[in-house]
Amino acid sequence: MPLPNLSQAALPDLADPSTLGLYVHWPFCQAKCPYCDFNSHVMANVDQKRWALALSHEIKRVGALTQDRTLTSIFFGGGTPSLMDPETVEAVLVAAHETWRWANSIEITLEANPTSIEANRFRGYRTAGVNRVSMGFQAMNDDDLKRLGRLHSAQEAMAALEVARSTFNRVSFDLIYARQDQTLPAWRDELTRALETGVDHLSLYQLTIEDGTAFGDRLAKGGLKGLPDEDRAADMWDLTQELTEARGMPGYEISNHARPDAESRHNLLYWQGGDYAGVGPGAHGRLTRDGMRVATECVKQPGLWLAAAEQAESATTQLTALSAKEVFEERLMMGLRLRDGVDLGSSALENTSLCNNIKLLVDFGLVALTGTQLRATDQGRPVLNSVLRQLLAD
Amino acid sequence: MTELSHIRNFSIVAHIDHGKSTLADRLIQETETVASRDMKAQLLDSMDIERERGITIKANTVRIEYKAQNGEHYTLNLIDTPGHVDFAYEVSRSMRAVEGSLLVVDSTQGVEAQTLANVYQAIDADHEIVPVLNKIDLPASECEKVAEQIEDVIGIDASEAIQVSAKTGVGIVETLEAIVHKLPAPQGDVDAPLKAMLVDSWYDAYLGVIVLVRIIDGRMKKGDRVKFMSNGTVHGIDKIGVFRPQMQDVDVLGPGEIGFITASIKQVRDTRVGDTITSEKKGAETALDGFKPSQPVVFCGLFPVDSAQFEDLRDAIEKLALNDASFSYEMETSAALGFGFRCGFLGLLHLEVIRDRIEREYNIELITTAPSVVYHIYMKDGSMQELHNPADMPDLTHVDHLEEPRIKATILVPDEYLGDVLKLCQDRRGIQLDLTYAGSRAMTVYDLPLNEVVFDFYDRLKSVTKGYASFDYQVTGYATDNLVKMSVLVNDEPVDALSMMVHRDRAEQRGRAMCEKLKDLIPRHMFKIPIQAAIGGKVIARETLSALRKDVTAKCYGGDATRKRKLLDKQKAGKKKMRQFGKVDIPQEAFISALKMDS
Ligand SMILES: Nc1nc2c(ncn2[C@@H]2O[C@H](COP(=O)(O)OP(=O)(O)O)[C@@H](O)[C@H]2O)c(=O)[nH]1
Ligand SMILES: C[S@@+](CC[C@H](N)C(=O)[O-])C[C@H]1O[C@@H](n2cnc3c(N)ncnc32)[C@H](O)[C@@H]1O
Ligand code: SF4
Ligand SMILES: [Mg+2]
Repeated sequence: MPLPNLSQAALPDLADPSTLGLYVHWPFCQAKCPYCDFNSHVMANVDQKRWALALSHEIKRVGALTQDRTLTSIFFGGGTPSLMDPETVEAVLVAAHETWRWANSIEITLEANPTSIEANRFRGYRTAGVNRVSMGFQAMNDDDLKRLGRLHSAQEAMAALEVARSTFNRVSFDLIYARQDQTLPAWRDELTRALETGVDHLSLYQLTIEDGTAFGDRLAKGGLKGLPDEDRAADMWDLTQELTEARGMPGYEISNHARPDAESRHNLLYWQGGDYAGVGPGAHGRLTRDGMRVATECVKQPGLWLAAAEQAESATTQLTALSAKEVFEERLMMGLRLRDGVDLGSSALENTSLCNNIKLLVDFGLVALTGTQLRATDQGRPVLNSVLRQLLAD
Repeated sequence: MTELSHIRNFSIVAHIDHGKSTLADRLIQETETVASRDMKAQLLDSMDIERERGITIKANTVRIEYKAQNGEHYTLNLIDTPGHVDFAYEVSRSMRAVEGSLLVVDSTQGVEAQTLANVYQAIDADHEIVPVLNKIDLPASECEKVAEQIEDVIGIDASEAIQVSAKTGVGIVETLEAIVHKLPAPQGDVDAPLKAMLVDSWYDAYLGVIVLVRIIDGRMKKGDRVKFMSNGTVHGIDKIGVFRPQMQDVDVLGPGEIGFITASIKQVRDTRVGDTITSEKKGAETALDGFKPSQPVVFCGLFPVDSAQFEDLRDAIEKLALNDASFSYEMETSAALGFGFRCGFLGLLHLEVIRDRIEREYNIELITTAPSVVYHIYMKDGSMQELHNPADMPDLTHVDHLEEPRIKATILVPDEYLGDVLKLCQDRRGIQLDLTYAGSRAMTVYDLPLNEVVFDFYDRLKSVTKGYASFDYQVTGYATDNLVKMSVLVNDEPVDALSMMVHRDRAEQRGRAMCEKLKDLIPRHMFKIPIQAAIGGKVIARETLSALRKDVTAKCYGGDATRKRKLLDKQKAGKKKMRQFGKVDIPQEAFISALKMDS
């Protein structure tokens, strides 16, 4: 049974529609990591001036679609944005400043790889306006870093972290766990050390083997031995929740942990269904216009994107209006990733098949409904994909 | 019409891959029956599936004109018989249509089980047999050893075996000469009432049903009205001819000749292999003996994966059945699988061929349930009923006893694997009838219940012998045994499509294996699932599939929203390949895989 007319108005606005986030994609890396399926490419010489100009043009263009908004966050993601010259970052921020009114508390995050080269630029980024960095540690011992194809050592990462913390008020780093041959005690030790650094935000991702990556190919050929089975992965998940909670850094989202008020505001925007503009190769955005939610998607290939962005009549971005059903599905998929869940609004609950599905999941102890607020329980979050399939089943 | 003395009819007996089709091609080429520009490899194997699997399913035939070295012209009729055990009945009928056989043995391999099974059919049909040692061009060829083996194992004289390479053409003329001089000419009386044997029949999209006949007595010509003696139907002959191998019309067919007729017959079902055809008026009094309709021995359920395709499936099955009288079907409803058909086959290969054709030619994805044999259920009131589907097993209080079909299986295997083969047969309730040695190969003959073989015996045999064993069987009859119906419950719900008949002594073992298998085959759900095997109300094995613990996408950025939505759609489509039993989704392949035993 299809969902009944869940008009846009029926969904409560979780985020303030007068605000906006900006995502800027920098598609270059020094080397391609074997697990990574992000839109990232290895390029020897990047003409940063051209890119700065093209990104600025694009910001102006998307600005025309989003007038009268207050910009609350900017996120430089990648690829490896810490390969951007501080001048490039500055040019992009200047363009954004000329385009939108900025909130006083604007959060400006830049993803950084923790090598010494990047650490040297941190001061420049701060001068340009960046006030938060998210560093890709991935592992905290050299053997595992090598297996993950990383260019930095554990020691370099710790040094980069020190530089980052002396430069920025807000610092987070990423770890990938459930790696090949990783034992539960080893992860306990590694995570404990990570928590002991005292950062107030951590992203802890279980390794996902993606099709089309080097790891994906190896797995398909019967290689990549020693990955955890479901039970061990679940044990690692449980341990992660236990240790982070004990340290006052519970997961506010499936893979993100923070002290209260230290959450990534930009990422919250995604999960809470807010509006964000996406600029750069392959960047996605979601914009609400005239009561419609519009998905934006930029040309993925960096060369094609650059050429298109440099032309006055831009063809970089495809706009697609989402159906009410799609909007609802996205709200659930993204919103239930948050510990606090998602407000369904009262009209969604008039749908009988949704209600039946919710009831079944409540019986299994996987979701909880308080008023119109639906959230996945501690049991439900590690199996969220199955929960979503059940919720959205006809 | 050819003089009887100048006709030779023969078939070729060989184990698969020993070169039957290649040799036939060479014979055709040597006699220039087909212009060489029209030669394509393996002229006689025509169906796609046959070509792909390298097997012959339907009998094919070709008439060859040969000018022998004595200057005389001979007509040679070759019937290429199906090589597989499933079609043993067709083989035996084809054999009765000819007087001799070429026994082709790959001289690098030696005698195999299928060679034996087929050569015994030839001996049964009183054939003169000419041994041919093929593939002598290969360095591994050992003609002397293989000739000795033919004498030892089969017990026929192989001292004059012809050494042939069907690949290079060596020995082909010698083979043709041997056909002329060693095989007997057919006998028959042209003045007697018409008596023709229906050797085979099939459906042709252009001409309708084509009937392959061997004339015994009398003659047949276009316009004649003929009667099929098994059912008394009468047809006028529209077209009469021979295969060279393409169709060529002739005026008349006389005694000893092999050819085809068409007679406005609508369905292949109306023609029965082995039937006798005679004239409508002043016909023969008695039919040729040995006619029996072929009986399906293996049954299974075929259900469309997408239940909306049920009508398409019906259509496909009806069309296939028109062309294959040995394939039977009836509608079946399963609580779990919905509407489908219970189908009967001559054997597992036949089952696979039909299933492949439905999936490929009609584009219908199928769920195939466990193959089952036909049990005879003797009721307390003295009546007997056939059981084609374990789900239909009647209430035990009315049942006196059960009988199951048994087979005689012949297995040839290199010495070093014999131990494993004997263990396999023993595990499958086999009774050894014979064990002999021929060189470094052992031949063992077992009496086995068909139900233990029907499913994965051949796979197991291949795996324990690394592919070196050869195997053949024939159904011998029925015998009583302590058989019970084992049902399977998933999440406390019986799954009818998984129930099966087992021997009581083996029930626990089978039940345990089945529960373990299902535990691996069914994906974890959001709740834990008990899986049980039971006889009547008594649970004999139990496993618990634990609840799903981990199923979540680790990283999910803004840009991933679209991708994640698509992923979810894909997963939903994946669910379509599952069947719901209560709250549990069971993947379609589980119905077959669950039954495979590891020993
Ligand atoms: N070297 C060699 N190969 C042969 C000979 N005869 C047949 N073959 C090959 O053996 C395989 C099986 O032959 P085929 O005629 O299909 O066997 P069938 O299954 O008995 O019909 C094919 O690959 C043939 O090319 C031969 O005399 N010499
Ligand atoms: C945009 S990526 C890369 C950021 C930066 N270039 C780096 O490598 O440090 C953001 C994060 O996603 C995580 N990630 C990337 N691929 C992953 C995978 N296959 N499985 C789990 N986490 C992954 C890594 O922790 C990574 O830091
Ligand atoms: S993980 Fe980071 S550094 Fe590695 S290829 Fe992906 S984006 Fe580049
Ligand atoms: Mg062949």
